[in-house]
Amino acid sequence: MEIFMDMNFIMELLGATLRMATPLLLCALGSVFSERCGLNNIGLEGLMTAGAVAGFIGVSLTGSNTAGFLLAIVFAVLVNMVFAVASIKFNANQIVIGMAINILAAGLATTIYRLAFGISTTPAMIDGLKNINIPVLCGLPLVGVLFKQNIFVYITYALVPVCHYVLFHTRLGLNLRAVGEQPKAADSMGINVSTMRYVGSILCGSLAGLAGAYLSVGYMNVYVDNLVSGRGYIALAAVIFGRWKPAGILLAALLFGFTDALQLRLQALGTGVSYHLFMMLPYVITLVTLVCFVGKSVAPAANGTNYQRENH
Amino acid sequence: MELTTATILERERDLMEEQYLLYMQDITKKFGAFTANDRVSLRIKRGEIHALMGENGAGKSTLMNILSGLYQKDGGKIVFDGKEVSFKGPQEAKALGIGMVYQHFMLIEAMTVVENVMLSLKSQGFQLPLAKTRAKIKDLSEKYQLDVDPDALVGDLSVGAQQRVEIIKVLCVDNAKLIVLDEPTAVLTPAEAQGLFAILRRLNEQGHTIIFISHKLKEVMEICDRITVLRLGKSVAEVNKADTTMDELGSFMVGRSVVMDHIPMAENIGNAFLSLEDVGYKSADGVERLSIPEFQVKKGEIVGIAGVDGNGQSELAQLLMGVVHPQMGQVKLDGVDMSGKSVKDFIQAGMALIPEDRNAMGLVGAMSIYENLALKNMEQAPNSKSGGWFIQYKELKEYAKKMVERYDIRTSGIDQSVGSLSGGNQQKVILAREIESNCKILVAVHPTRGVDIGASEYIHSKIQEFRDAGGAVLVISADLDEVLRLSDRCCVMYEGKIMGFVDPQNPDMQKLSLMMAGKEGTNESEIA
Repeated sequence: MEIFMDMNFIMELLGATLRMATPLLLCALGSVFSERCGLNNIGLEGLMTAGAVAGFIGVSLTGSNTAGFLLAIVFAVLVNMVFAVASIKFNANQIVIGMAINILAAGLATTIYRLAFGISTTPAMIDGLKNINIPVLCGLPLVGVLFKQNIFVYITYALVPVCHYVLFHTRLGLNLRAVGEQPKAADSMGINVSTMRYVGSILCGSLAGLAGAYLSVGYMNVYVDNLVSGRGYIALAAVIFGRWKPAGILLAALLFGFTDALQLRLQALGTGVSYHLFMMLPYVITLVTLVCFVGKSVAPAANGTNYQRENH
Repeated sequence: MELTTATILERERDLMEEQYLLYMQDITKKFGAFTANDRVSLRIKRGEIHALMGENGAGKSTLMNILSGLYQKDGGKIVFDGKEVSFKGPQEAKALGIGMVYQHFMLIEAMTVVENVMLSLKSQGFQLPLAKTRAKIKDLSEKYQLDVDPDALVGDLSVGAQQRVEIIKVLCVDNAKLIVLDEPTAVLTPAEAQGLFAILRRLNEQGHTIIFISHKLKEVMEICDRITVLRLGKSVAEVNKADTTMDELGSFMVGRSVVMDHIPMAENIGNAFLSLEDVGYKSADGVERLSIPEFQVKKGEIVGIAGVDGNGQSELAQLLMGVVHPQMGQVKLDGVDMSGKSVKDFIQAGMALIPEDRNAMGLVGAMSIYENLALKNMEQAPNSKSGGWFIQYKELKEYAKKMVERYDIRTSGIDQSVGSLSGGNQQKVILAREIESNCKILVAVHPTRGVDIGASEYIHSKIQEFRDAGGAVLVISADLDEVLRLSDRCCVMYEGKIMGFVDPQNPDMQKLSLMMAGKEGTNESEIA
């Protein structure tokens, strides 16, 4: 047990928590824009997968990280447009379409990857992102590790206040929320419900795609099937746990990130306990928090319901 | 220019039009083969409160939707503020200063008042004008005594306060010269309605012109200056309030004279069927909701309970249905103590209920008429076989057809979903199901709320029929006129207590209102 007292162990755990929470946070922030405007998108897992493969291919082909991220955004947004058009224009059941996105994206990602790199036993590698040390702060004891991350991690955490501002202090955010609460009332006030929901979908696709690209380009430096491994669903839980608010989602993502980081280290300790039990940890925490918090949370009233104007 | 009769007439017409803020002339609107508005005319003078009356389906909403730009007219012309206008969408009507307060509020409950107002502001910049809007709301709230806190969450506000938020929206955003209120009192208690009238008068004094849509004769006579009545898509009357009476307006609306006098009194009153003895009921939060030492409804009589909503009426109805049980005392049906009995036991003992909220408690909107008619006794023959396992659709539908006829339910067929029926017809479906269930006592809560005059009259006559056949009836309603019209005995409820009885045929109105405000009580023996 003395290992928990070890400074290095704690520092590593802190750093890993930050990194593990990053994709969850980014994806959950994207999901907030979708759910706040009334689109309950359970296809986040698929969007992340799409972003992961597109980002990886973009970086491999061009050698430019920026190009990789842009490609990830474009591809994930395109995939999410299937969801958006089906539910906004064709009034399809959002849960069914969201599930379809997950299945579609998984197959699509494998296919595209094999088209680009062929089938080989050794996966292609890229250089990935370099860590940036923030002067002074990175020299702090214990928490210094938090300021030795790559650019992607910094941007993600900076997005929390940005998203809060957009949602609660701008006209765009107000209109998005109105459409997700009472679309009929919003419509009567001259807000175009469909347009707002497409905007929400684009924001959601962009951020979820980036979250996927983080996994392949900014963290693992490799793309393999099932790279996302359920993080899209955990992000979905983080949104509920965080009560559809960026600050709450930050805490939720950190909690899930922490359990993930912890279970990895517990596995590595070689305690003799089956590693499967440790691997379960993040998912068990997800389940428990969902059960404990879902009842008390205040979801957007029209989340998951399509809106069709009555025809006159 | 030569002065001819024609030019004088033209000038006369212009002068006449000038005194009108709004002149809708010969408006026609068709939906397929159905003509919702057939050359309807509406003239609104500057600075008046004008009532637009008519039964459900008379074309009031269509006309107002044309005015608000939601619908496009097929014929006629609209002159607003001296200019002929034609609106292609709601935004254009708003821009000219026509503000609508819909019956179903267009508010986002999860947002604050100020956020709701900002939502309707025309786009101006990326950042929200929070401080400016908040100040404006405070100003308006003070000026018209609206008592609205800009930072309150709309979902936490009472219905009356939400309506005032809608009024603020109209004033703040549209700077409305003309304010249209669509059945604004339908959702309000009598006290809240009085508050609204005071606000409307203040708005009127400040130069706002108001169109007040309603089918309630009494309030129209109270608040309005002039009245236009629509019937079956045509305008049938335009009168000054001073030149008309409630009876006349009623007959304009229905197309025949309407009897609003007391129904014939009961002749054969039997033994007590329902009796409450020392009943005390506290809700889950520990607040005492009901305290009734003694109360009876006899076979063959109608007992009315008047009172402002929220004084224990809902709790009493739930208690009588067995949904909740009193902590003290007994509810007896035909002499049998019902303590601890289930809802099913209450139904079998002869209890039937017209619930206060027909959509939430009485009907399943998405289901058909015949399904709703059988919902309560699905397991009984001939609705089903083998104790409810197999539904007998053929019998069910035949029975439903009979009921549709017997209860005058206006529908395209028994397969029509109940949710798409008008309020009056929905209420008739409930009435049919409850009265035909071989019940011995009918508890009717707000039986004609949101129901037009014609259907109300019909529902009242059916209740009377049930009583004359020996049934016991308890009418609980916030509509005082309704209670007085139906009751053989009439009492007032206040904060869960029976304050006292009045003579329903010659009510002492002053005593009544004192009792409704909880200020005075009388014994039944005093008036007997």
